[in-house]
Amino acid sequence: MYGWIFRHLPGPLWFRIITSLLFLAAAVLLLMQFVFPWLSQFNPLTDSTIGGSSQP
Amino acid sequence: MVRSHEHNDSVVGVDTLISGNSAIRTRKAGNRRREKAQRPKQGFWRTLIQVIGELLITCGVILLLFVVWELWWTNIDANNAQQHAVSQFAQEFQGPLTPQSPDTPTDFGPPVVMDAPTVDGTVFGVVYIPRFGPSYSRPLVEGTTQAQLDTLGLGRYGTTSMPGAVGNFAVAGHRQTHGAVLDAIHTLVPGDKIYVQTKDGYYTYVFRNNEIVLPSQGNVLLPVPTQKDATPVDRFMTMTSCNPRFGAEERIIAYSVMESWQPASAGPPAAIAAQVAANAKG
Repeated sequence: MYGWIFRHLPGPLWFRIITSLLFLAAAVLLLMQFVFPWLSQFNPLTDSTIGGSSQP
Repeated sequence: MVRSHEHNDSVVGVDTLISGNSAIRTRKAGNRRREKAQRPKQGFWRTLIQVIGELLITCGVILLLFVVWELWWTNIDANNAQQHAVSQFAQEFQGPLTPQSPDTPTDFGPPVVMDAPTVDGTVFGVVYIPRFGPSYSRPLVEGTTQAQLDTLGLGRYGTTSMPGAVGNFAVAGHRQTHGAVLDAIHTLVPGDKIYVQTKDGYYTYVFRNNEIVLPSQGNVLLPVPTQKDATPVDRFMTMTSCNPRFGAEERIIAYSVMESWQPASAGPPAAIAAQVAANAKG
């Protein structure tokens, strides 16, 4: 799959390497900035409060 | 002698290996060049399995990246936000930054207790715990939902008292992630001082003991911790965090009792004066 994408990128080899690195950086940024903070709310391992919502 | 002979042998072996490898590499490169001209058609199942495999590897890499984000990046993010909040609070703080001379009276009467902030997320104080390091100063924020704890450190449980009040002033903080404000909570020793600074002054709490409980045991937040319907006489401070480290099966609770109070006009306690001044500088 990744091989197929790489082969279908335009331009010479060096340009395709740079393009794929940019894609990779964009994917990591997207994950770190938006996906992981959202995912984090479902992570029970970081809950440091006690009693939950049932607490008076 | 025998040893060095063996050694020579192995060097030759490696050389052969390397040259063999490079031979394979040239052959592969040749293949690739030929492939470009005319790629052999790959079967459907083979392609499918290859794509599934690549997607699975991607999932694994993303999960690893999530662990890196949670354990490393959230700390950098939250530390920046907390440092910013602390210096903002320190700049708005009115009062001398040098401790008073030791011969002035130290009894300032009953502590002034500020009203609870009405908006969750308001930074209304700074907590200093010298046991966690000489520069340890973390913002005290109203509320204990993720929005507050994930960025601003120590969150006050809205159902509990304010600092200095008779009853229980309880805060929660992360153990590992998002600034790891209470990572060293287990290193507190009875007698350790915990200083809470609000706009009114400095409240000095003394750590008494800690306790490990189940996450459901909400009675540690009661006005007299764990004692239902008791009338409070002391001014407690309770800190809650995850236990064990890197897990959340239990909660570690640290109890402290207020020892003294001094108004902002009296300057900071000598033990934290340097850090209070450093925060005010920004």
